[in-house]
Amino acid sequence: MTHEPTPAQIKEKQIYREMGMTDEEFALAEKMLGRTPNYTETGLFSVMWSEHCSYKNSKAILKTFPTEGPQVLQGPGEGAGIVDIGDNQAVVFKIESHNSPSAIEPYEGAATGVGGIIRDVFSMGAKPIASLNSLRFGELDSPRVRYLLEKAVEGIGDYGNKLGVPTVGGEIQFDSAYEANPLVNAMVVGVIDHQDMQKGQAKGVGNTVMYAGSPTGRDGIHGATFSSSELAEEVDQQERAAVQAGDPFTEKLLMDACLELVKSDALIGIQDMGAAGLTSSAAEMASKAGSGIEMNLDLIPQREADMTPYEMMLSESQERMLLVVKKGREQEIIDLFSRYDLEAVACGVVTDDKMFRLFHKGKVVAEVPADALAEDAPEYHKPSKEPDYFREFQAMAPETPEVADYTETLAKLLQQPTIASKEWVYQQFDQQVGNQTIVKPGSDAAVVRIKNTQKAIAITTDCNARYIYLDPETGGKIAVAEAARNIVCSGAEPLAITDGLNFGSPEKPEIFWQLEQSAAGIREACLALDSPVISGNVSLFNEKGGKAIYPTPIIGMVGLIKNLAHVTTQSFQSAGDLIYIIGETKEEFGGSELQKLVHGEFFGKAPEIDLIVEVRRQKQLLEAIRSGKVASAHDVSEGGAAVAIAESLFGTYLGAEVELSGHPVAALFSETQSRFIVSVKEADQAAFEEIVEDAKLIGKVKDQPELVVRLNQQPLIQTEVKILEDAWRGAIPCLLTAKD
Amino acid sequence: MKVAIIVFPGTSCENEMHTICTHQLKLEADFVREYETNLDDYDAILLPGGASYGDAIRPGAIAALQPVMSTVKKAAEAGKPVLGIGNGFQILTEAELLPGVLLKNDQLKFICASMKLLVQNNETLWTKKYEQNEKISVPIAHGYGRYHCDSETLQTLKDNRQILFTYEENPNGSIEAIAGISNRAGNVVGMMPHPERAVEEILGSVDGSKLFQSIVSDGRQSHDA
Repeated sequence: MTHEPTPAQIKEKQIYREMGMTDEEFALAEKMLGRTPNYTETGLFSVMWSEHCSYKNSKAILKTFPTEGPQVLQGPGEGAGIVDIGDNQAVVFKIESHNSPSAIEPYEGAATGVGGIIRDVFSMGAKPIASLNSLRFGELDSPRVRYLLEKAVEGIGDYGNKLGVPTVGGEIQFDSAYEANPLVNAMVVGVIDHQDMQKGQAKGVGNTVMYAGSPTGRDGIHGATFSSSELAEEVDQQERAAVQAGDPFTEKLLMDACLELVKSDALIGIQDMGAAGLTSSAAEMASKAGSGIEMNLDLIPQREADMTPYEMMLSESQERMLLVVKKGREQEIIDLFSRYDLEAVACGVVTDDKMFRLFHKGKVVAEVPADALAEDAPEYHKPSKEPDYFREFQAMAPETPEVADYTETLAKLLQQPTIASKEWVYQQFDQQVGNQTIVKPGSDAAVVRIKNTQKAIAITTDCNARYIYLDPETGGKIAVAEAARNIVCSGAEPLAITDGLNFGSPEKPEIFWQLEQSAAGIREACLALDSPVISGNVSLFNEKGGKAIYPTPIIGMVGLIKNLAHVTTQSFQSAGDLIYIIGETKEEFGGSELQKLVHGEFFGKAPEIDLIVEVRRQKQLLEAIRSGKVASAHDVSEGGAAVAIAESLFGTYLGAEVELSGHPVAALFSETQSRFIVSVKEADQAAFEEIVEDAKLIGKVKDQPELVVRLNQQPLIQTEVKILEDAWRGAIPCLLTAKD
Repeated sequence: MKVAIIVFPGTSCENEMHTICTHQLKLEADFVREYETNLDDYDAILLPGGASYGDAIRPGAIAALQPVMSTVKKAAEAGKPVLGIGNGFQILTEAELLPGVLLKNDQLKFICASMKLLVQNNETLWTKKYEQNEKISVPIAHGYGRYHCDSETLQTLKDNRQILFTYEENPNGSIEAIAGISNRAGNVVGMMPHPERAVEEILGSVDGSKLFQSIVSDGRQSHDA
């Protein structure tokens, strides 16, 4: 303690810079305090004003998202958003990133990512019922990438599998842009009865602040700050130490205890100690309630000896919660947690002076206005500039890649890791615990039923970042529209989204432009599809050596299935069923899998999207599904119609005969948006065509497990389905076992 | 008939078991915690899956030492039906109610997948509703599911027909593709696959139901007697 720098030294030697604060920010902190902050206080400011906690670079953009609607019970601002699903029930969900920790220490980084988002959901009072992962990695020919993928998947599995929360879906894309900066985003969905909804607020002067869960150690100190900066060329020990270690067993106990706790009327507010741990949970709870908090740090359970206030406040030890409970009811809470072998201690009190005041060994060690740390954190409007590459891509003439052998090209596309079966990944996750998972990973969206009802929810995460790189506004629209397509194909109506905004450094005007433009696209699509943004996460500075990731705003969407009879998958059901394509096909290859296969890079224009057409097709398809006229439905995405048809056949032991029209390469592999492959019983032909106006009959499901695609009576593709399916299933395991 | 579902800290499949007992079999079922020592009221004992004590030391090792397990042992000796699924099976081997051990899967990874099992002995308390050699579809979800025992034990298992279920395709390197075994008397059964996840068409299979139904008739008979 004695070696902590004095306020004067912090200022003179600019020690705040090491904590990620700029000179201007330090001056602002001084102004807000009316004096120079001490070491602990500088730590509080730096971590609370990091992008991860304050959204200082992205707030202005987040404010443009539509966040309201009759279905929204809780919008952004709390641990997670809440959406009504009728019958006094609601779903709670949020996506969160754990990118930087996963780049350094993929196992713990990914594991604690799952842990954090699960706590966000149960801190709202909801029982987590499903978890999903949205992952981005570099190309699998790099041993480092294979290591990152293997360890991240193992971390997600080891943590999630021990909690009794099924991992039901997600997606993975592979592109060299993520080589140094993998993305690990996790989304969790919970269910709640309306009366159990909680808030992270410290209300009621005199009420008691309690700490529950694991003791605080020195792990993860400054994790939030470190997550808000570019990755260093060489990972140093300090960064590695900023990665927290998770304990799923304690998390499970904490979850069970909190789900009992939320039924108690002694509880006033509850919040997870996530990024910036004790500091952010306490300061945010006070700031949101317009009150103050006083805490005695001597009472904080500690795992290590001689921890300083700075270390305690900035630790990101996992599996901890902060509670505010009614004065006089503390013992009940202590008893409740002790039944789960967990510690709960009273460590502070709610005050009315709006100050965040910390005591340690009888002295005041920090005294800062709570709003200064939370509400009043700085907000920046960074300069934005259209990048040169965008102008070049827009000026390019459309190009249709040349394909010599269509069957071979289809097989190759199916082997591209982004398209290939992800069974290797999701087999490592318990997908079914709880017996509510109706559609497991591998179809368009996962479907999880709501216990004791006829309802279910469909959940998906989506983001084709290649389109967003080529054209962020159009790509942003496509990301939301594609998520909604997946939801609709499962028989659900889109309810709302959560967004995980992963970008490079906002300090670069071209990157800020990507953020701004893609947000505009997301906004427009959310409005068109009536799916407000109810929660989200921002992860900026995903760069290394000046090279940024593709702009990757991941969309997590939840939809409602009103009746289990509407649940639909992408798989063809029986021979004789008619195959339709919904939507016309254009020659669009910018950002496509075929472009990558042929040219090894992405260029040109992203595919176009017309949101009016999109909405009409989705509504009509959903109506046809709900009236029982659809046997299977699958959206056409990466790899185009040929891939979508092949995927509809995998696992079915069926075949298909299809006749397409137009340019052969486009008909098979173009990534034109707003299209679907649907199968329909022959008896339902008239009724289906009546409802879905853009549907075009293209063929039939066959008993013979063969795929035949013709164009003007000329066969383009003719092959056994097994050959395609083996290529698709075997691709990722094969790439992972490759020797260097 | 009344069923005890034993819950340790970290157990996670207890609710599915409870739903099957109460909704499908119309039985009474209680959750019984690890510190309880009286199971006299119960006619059958279920040990659900999950990760008791976070799989610390070895899966099932700490759970096997809890007070409730001495009572489970006595109930097993008295002939009451006892079933351990997943982590429950691991606990039964750690508690030496069943022979052998469950090691880390041979590919060193957790596997969650639908499996085809073959019923090798349909003449036990728990398997009598199945046909001999019936092929059933039941999912697995485990990281430590590789059954192993010494050759002498294996011979004993074979001689006494204690191997109840085998995998059609061995997913984890289990010796002789063993998926589930019983004790010599046949009343204590452990299996790594999760029959409680195969009890409704909408979940993809109903082949697990017969396992639970098998003890119902038996329990009722013993009550009537």
